[in-house]
Amino acid sequence: MAVAFDEMNIPGGELRPAYEELARWLKETPPEALEYRRQEAELLFRRIGITFAVYGEAESTERLIPFDVIPRIMSGKEWALLEKGLKQRVRALNMFLRDIYHGRDILRAEIVPDDLIFQNPVFRPEMNGQQVPHDVYVHIAGIDIVRVDANDFIVLEDNARTPSGVSYMLENREIMMRLFPDLFARHRVAPVERYPDELLSALRSVAPQSASGEPTVALLTPGVYNSAYYEHSFLADKLGIELVEGRDLIVKNNEVFMRTTEGLKRVDVIYRRVDDDFLDPLTFRPDSVLGVPGLMSAYAAGNITLANAVGTGIADDKAIYSYMPDIVKFYLGEEPILKNVPTWRCREPKDLAYVLDNLGELVVKEVHGSGGYGMLIGPAATKATIEAFREKLKREPEGFIAQPTLALSTCPTCTASGLAPRHVDLRPFVLTGSKRTTIVPGGLTRVALKEGSLVVNSSQGGGTKDTWILDE
Amino acid sequence: MLSRTAENLYWLARYVERAEYLARTIDATLRVTALPAAYVGKTNEWDSALLTAGVAASFYQTYEEANEHNVVDYLSFSVDNPSSIRNCIEAARLNSRSVRTALTSEMWDTINSAWIELQAVWSKGTSTREDLAKFLRFVQETSLRFDGSAYRTMLRNDAYWFSRMGVHLERADNTARILDVKYHVLLPEEEHVGGPLDFYQWSSILRSVSALTAYHWVYRETLKPWLIADLLILNDTLPRSLASCYGNLVRNLDQIGVAYGRQGPAQRHARGIRNRLEHSNMNDIFQHGVHEFIQEFITDNSRLGEIITKQYLI
Repeated sequence: MAVAFDEMNIPGGELRPAYEELARWLKETPPEALEYRRQEAELLFRRIGITFAVYGEAESTERLIPFDVIPRIMSGKEWALLEKGLKQRVRALNMFLRDIYHGRDILRAEIVPDDLIFQNPVFRPEMNGQQVPHDVYVHIAGIDIVRVDANDFIVLEDNARTPSGVSYMLENREIMMRLFPDLFARHRVAPVERYPDELLSALRSVAPQSASGEPTVALLTPGVYNSAYYEHSFLADKLGIELVEGRDLIVKNNEVFMRTTEGLKRVDVIYRRVDDDFLDPLTFRPDSVLGVPGLMSAYAAGNITLANAVGTGIADDKAIYSYMPDIVKFYLGEEPILKNVPTWRCREPKDLAYVLDNLGELVVKEVHGSGGYGMLIGPAATKATIEAFREKLKREPEGFIAQPTLALSTCPTCTASGLAPRHVDLRPFVLTGSKRTTIVPGGLTRVALKEGSLVVNSSQGGGTKDTWILDE
Repeated sequence: MLSRTAENLYWLARYVERAEYLARTIDATLRVTALPAAYVGKTNEWDSALLTAGVAASFYQTYEEANEHNVVDYLSFSVDNPSSIRNCIEAARLNSRSVRTALTSEMWDTINSAWIELQAVWSKGTSTREDLAKFLRFVQETSLRFDGSAYRTMLRNDAYWFSRMGVHLERADNTARILDVKYHVLLPEEEHVGGPLDFYQWSSILRSVSALTAYHWVYRETLKPWLIADLLILNDTLPRSLASCYGNLVRNLDQIGVAYGRQGPAQRHARGIRNRLEHSNMNDIFQHGVHEFIQEFITDNSRLGEIITKQYLI
């Protein structure tokens, strides 16, 4: 594997300009001071209760996501390019979804194969012909970006269902500003705090026509045991909207109401953090206790807006991912600004043969997996794991894609033996309302804390960093 | 506000209040049992503690004997006792998490810190009297901090009133339960064999509702059983008296009624109980029978809980 691109240091000893001031500050700051503030940060996280639950562990423990106090910095120029690329990508995602559930031009043009859509479990036939306000399907997108050199941003994954992590973007900044006021005084860091306002106005802008002048927005959570519950309560609080569970909602005459101490109150827009499958036991999984019976018929009647829309999984599916550059070109007639990782589709015999021959060098992902579960990282895997994966691949090739192992960029990070480079990615959050698409400058930087590790997911021991976009 | 939010706020306050009450009960019992038997008689004070906590039946399913070790463990740390102090704090934290958006950061911090301390410091229980005293102080301070931060930081709206209702309903229940278990030592002199040993029983009752000093300020008298009963039942200047709890419950329910523009069965029921307390005097109560009076009150009080739940919380 090639030497990774380091975001601070240029090989040969020079610094990239965005990091010059940070480097000076680090030189002046004794390591003990840094360690002391790291501990203070951890204490703050614990007191505020910024925790997440890890599934599959015997004890249902609440854990902290490790926070690294060294910020990840990008220049305003780099950000401008990234922002343009993200807007382009999300515009294409929305147009693709509108097309798939209506005219299907892209299938007729044979850009994307039919069976990839119709045989895909995340395709929702219920959405065929369904109008959604302003044709917005993906109101909130979290696009995972990696860098491998100074010039390119590469999309690793589009998250168009219920992307999480934005609370960490906001809390990381709060805590950094509290702990390192001196460092902020020496930089011009673009603020992120208007995200809740932007989100609320995006959600209000897509209210159904039958809504009153001041549409009522609520955030639907699966409840306190969900791994992202802290984020749900945090956002509801910042947006000033009710945090509801399925049992708080009831559908009457195809309208959605919440049960309040003053009786039933109509809800117009639901920012839902519950997966499609669990939304409505009458339409989807009948065993779901998280959903609201009848929600889908209220949706079909156009009396409620769901954000994101139902059925967006078909746009961020890993099998569709490899077609994204063509999708962008097809709808927008533009060259994609953000690159894709070269991807082998194991469903195609030629690609499968290549993947099987090169398992040791590739990353193999489940088409429907997420959170870093069920993934093979060839170079880091044992022989036995590789062989087990080979069997899985042969049995169900259409369930997998493969990609080269990317040398994700690195960023200086606090470790037990002082500052050292660790691999990072970035998840910016793209908001789409009726009129405009906005992105708060920055996003969530995730960092793989183990030396050499490429897995940044919090469920797999990754941490986070504050992300600074310099306002030049 | 969401019915579930109101419900959580109401129960959150009840759990915190209950934890404090249990801590006070244990504290008071420790004091009485530290005295030589000649001063307190032969009653098993640890048994009374279980009775006032309302968990005697479930206790004897696990333990044979109500002694200090067993009772302290069951009331404080037991995982099996749904209303042990530990479970109260756990439940309060869970409730807080579900209604974080309705809590001020100070209230959340109080509950979350208590929960963290419970796990970090008290997960194995206590091994010495000194430790136990520290633990009981920690519980009482948590409750004071919670109450104080609610009072000082919450908006005066339905969220605050539902939370206060939880406090007062739980408090009334706790005070009534002490009276229920101990009423026999409060009967007027001519009706029972009084003796010096009752003095310690009386001060123990007052201590468990933090009213020992208050008693002297109110009556400027030595401890007299009917005055203790008067203080705990009818004196509305004592925050833990039944009269005071009901004054507050009626006020909170009225505030909600005004804010929502309508009254209901909860308001009527609470006013009924308050009026009965207002128009009673200790003579009537003793004639009617203290025990009957208290039991009736306990039933009425939990009935109010049910009515509030039906009217607002589901």
